[in-house]
Amino acid sequence: MAKITIMGNMATALGAKLSRPDVVPAYPITPSTLFPEKISEYIADGEMDAEMIRVESEHSAMSACIGASACGARVCTASASQGIALMSEMMFIAAGMRLPIVMAVGNRALAAPINIWCDHQDTISQRDTGWLQFYAERNQEGLDLMIIAFKVCEDKRVLLPGMVGIDAFVLTHTTEAVDVPEQELVDEFLPKYKLELSLDPNKPMTFGSFGTPEFYQEFKYTQVKAIEKSSDVIDEVFAEFKKKFGREYRKIMPYKCEDADVIILTMGSMSGTARAAVNKMREEGKKVGCCKLTVYRPFPGKELMDLTKNARVIAVLDRDISPGFGGALYGEVSAQFVNEPKHPLITDYIIGLGGRDVLIENFEEIYDKSMDAVKKGRVEKPVEWINMNQEVL
Amino acid sequence: MVKITIGAINKVPGSSKNYKTGDWRTLKPVIDMEKCKKCWICYKFCPEGCIKKTDDGPETDYDYCKGCGICAYECPFKAIEMVMEER
Repeated sequence: MAKITIMGNMATALGAKLSRPDVVPAYPITPSTLFPEKISEYIADGEMDAEMIRVESEHSAMSACIGASACGARVCTASASQGIALMSEMMFIAAGMRLPIVMAVGNRALAAPINIWCDHQDTISQRDTGWLQFYAERNQEGLDLMIIAFKVCEDKRVLLPGMVGIDAFVLTHTTEAVDVPEQELVDEFLPKYKLELSLDPNKPMTFGSFGTPEFYQEFKYTQVKAIEKSSDVIDEVFAEFKKKFGREYRKIMPYKCEDADVIILTMGSMSGTARAAVNKMREEGKKVGCCKLTVYRPFPGKELMDLTKNARVIAVLDRDISPGFGGALYGEVSAQFVNEPKHPLITDYIIGLGGRDVLIENFEEIYDKSMDAVKKGRVEKPVEWINMNQEVL
Repeated sequence: MVKITIGAINKVPGSSKNYKTGDWRTLKPVIDMEKCKKCWICYKFCPEGCIKKTDDGPETDYDYCKGCGICAYECPFKAIEMVMEER
């Protein structure tokens, strides 16, 4: 296994290359542009046998993905932010047509005001499209999760599209050391795949055909059953990945949670900072732990409850905001616990929007605020904004 | 009974013909052959291709006519009347 130092976009592009896609339709957008650039370089250098389709928009990129995937090709693409918003219509269709397309995302904020930096709003806003969602903490995870996503999505019990999010700039443009899995091992792990039914001019068929009120609800039910089933498939694939490549993935990765009063729940690159903050606070005698959510869809609610049910507070960190409500993750964590007779207090912290750095001292503040709720026995302000610059308000 | 397929795949080509969109109709075009001059304007304007040319004049395909009324609106001789349909 070779160790190289590469940026996050190179890691997801390398993960894609190792997965041997047949077709890559993509439209460049910051901070994901390096992904299609790297893929086109691989193809030009003869290192990759794939068709790259240069499209005129992200809507077309996803349309081309759908067409190619329905023909039985292994397909991947990359996008971010406004690009994903423009793709949205076709993303619903890709999921409804049950096509295992894999997309690498450089998670970025949405305009207005225009902002190219790290934020999870772009993919969180697409959580209801029916795509599986994975979030990486490091470049290594970006690479590995691309290969894992193909295997999960193409499983006959699943057959759904999936996306792998890496944080804008913090990962996409940051160089880290990455273990490159051997092609031979990836080929064994992810063999050639064949769609049972695919588009063929000699045998005309309609994909995603008309669904009248007599059928639509049942159709959606079968689609939802498939993403629910993917939860088990993800566990199987994570276990197989560990066996083959030695690296462990879990839907939720706990850190020092066993005896923790406060458990901080994070997604993406800030999870590393969370562990450093937990270490610092543990030295000071504070009973705090953290959990990193790698899989956001399907939502690993049961695993989350098992890991956090003995805490006094779950501090949910949202790098997204549902205006008029609060953070999306907060809503989902709360919903998971609402029918339990006894459960931890749940607080929401909006943090790091539009690329604002997430610092160790922010976690310390979050711990203090959460313990304050424990002392009072209730959460007075469920949604708090962290690290606000009051001077500009 | 039709069963749900994965990805809503329909393996029968041209099967949209089986879906009789005439069900959508509220008003039904009725042609008065005495007023009809066989100018075929209705034939040209029908967005559904539901008017057939015959030697006796235009003939509406009620299996697929959605009752939009464009034929009646365009007919220069007021030979087509839209009447309430009761089923």
